[in-house]
Amino acid sequence: MSRSGIFYFLSFFIYLVLQVLLFKSLVLFNTAFCFLYVAFILFLPIEFSTLALMFIGFALGFMVDIFYDSLGLHAFTLVLIAYVRNYWLSVISPQGGYDAGTGLTLAVNGAQWFLVYTLPLIFLHHSVLFFLEAGGFSVFWYTMLKVVGSLLFTMTVIILIQYISAERRSA
Amino acid sequence: MERLLNFVYAYRALFTFLALEFFCAWLIVENNQYQSTKFFNSSNRISARIISFSSTVREYLSLRDINTDLAGENADLRKKLEQRNQSLYSFDVRELRDPAIINRFDYVSAKVVNNSTGFTKNFITINKGTDAGIKPGMAVISAKGAVGKVKSVSKHYSVLISLLNIDEQVSSVIKSLGYFGTSQWDGVDPRQVELLYIPRHVKLHTGDTVVTSGYNAVFPEGVLVGVIKEVNLKEETPFYDIKVELAQDFGNLTFVEVIKSTLKQEKDSLEQVTIGEPK
Repeated sequence: MSRSGIFYFLSFFIYLVLQVLLFKSLVLFNTAFCFLYVAFILFLPIEFSTLALMFIGFALGFMVDIFYDSLGLHAFTLVLIAYVRNYWLSVISPQGGYDAGTGLTLAVNGAQWFLVYTLPLIFLHHSVLFFLEAGGFSVFWYTMLKVVGSLLFTMTVIILIQYISAERRSA
Repeated sequence: MERLLNFVYAYRALFTFLALEFFCAWLIVENNQYQSTKFFNSSNRISARIISFSSTVREYLSLRDINTDLAGENADLRKKLEQRNQSLYSFDVRELRDPAIINRFDYVSAKVVNNSTGFTKNFITINKGTDAGIKPGMAVISAKGAVGKVKSVSKHYSVLISLLNIDEQVSSVIKSLGYFGTSQWDGVDPRQVELLYIPRHVKLHTGDTVVTSGYNAVFPEGVLVGVIKEVNLKEETPFYDIKVELAQDFGNLTFVEVIKSTLKQEKDSLEQVTIGEPK
């Protein structure tokens, strides 16, 4: 395995452990959740094929499910995000395409691109997750509140991590 | 040729996507089935160990409150025991001499290692399993009130369906009036559940206590569920809209007791013989 391969393998488990040990018990106002593990799929390099992304997404989602006692739920939504990701990347690709090997970060591509990339995907992930979990649209507005609250929470954490890692790289 | 390959390649992704999603959907449906002994949940060995490790760390932070609660419960139980002893002198208790009736409920104390309140289907993991004689279907209570039902067990851990799960129903009764209905969560506020099927001719008051009825033999009779907080009666419905404030705050659940009902099987089989197999 190459060096970057080991790096992704390790960060897979870091995201998993962070999610199930830290962010699982960090729920604000009983409505805002943080599903940071989505970020792992979102920030894998652009070279990853949809096929590989889906299998990685399935594995990560499945393991998260085991801890959340919601077998299939997180796996379902994460496979969906993994499938959509590359299409969405090509739709919003900047003029001249992405530079190979630079990574999909806020520092490289700018804040505007970053928000356009992450916000819709995380919104999609959270809405599918919460409505699927609620088993339909019976408590629509309350579920919507959870979606929006969690969206804000997850986005805040993702952006914070982007800034922290960007600073460390430049230092 | 390259375009053809690209086309095939794109299709391969789509088919894999569909296959994975179908598999996940099947898992979700399968997991929603009531009561099972499944491997892939938080009661399996590795995940349960990790979770209980993290809960031991967190437990230290709330040790003082837990101790106060336990001491309070001890005192309360001692008082109840004394009251019971006193009252037994004045009653004729011959029919209660049958040890099978006296020992019909056995309690196993367990620690909560994993809990959530924010989803619509919440589960609780506790640190006792088949080793302590726990089986799917047993009731779980805390010092303050009803908590849930055992869904699946492993050797040392079990997963409970919390009362805060829209699929969980508990047969309950309004203590002062004797009318019974079903307690069920509506998936919104973790501090209250709904009491369903109380007919409109009953005179209700807020503040009445709601306890388990004991009709389904899972919960013993008289376990506190909560207190009626809000009563609404719509013109067109035959039943009340009742909100019950839960006695147990599910946000800080630490110790619970699993209730083994030794006569459950006898009661179930008798009912099955009399009423017939459910079709």
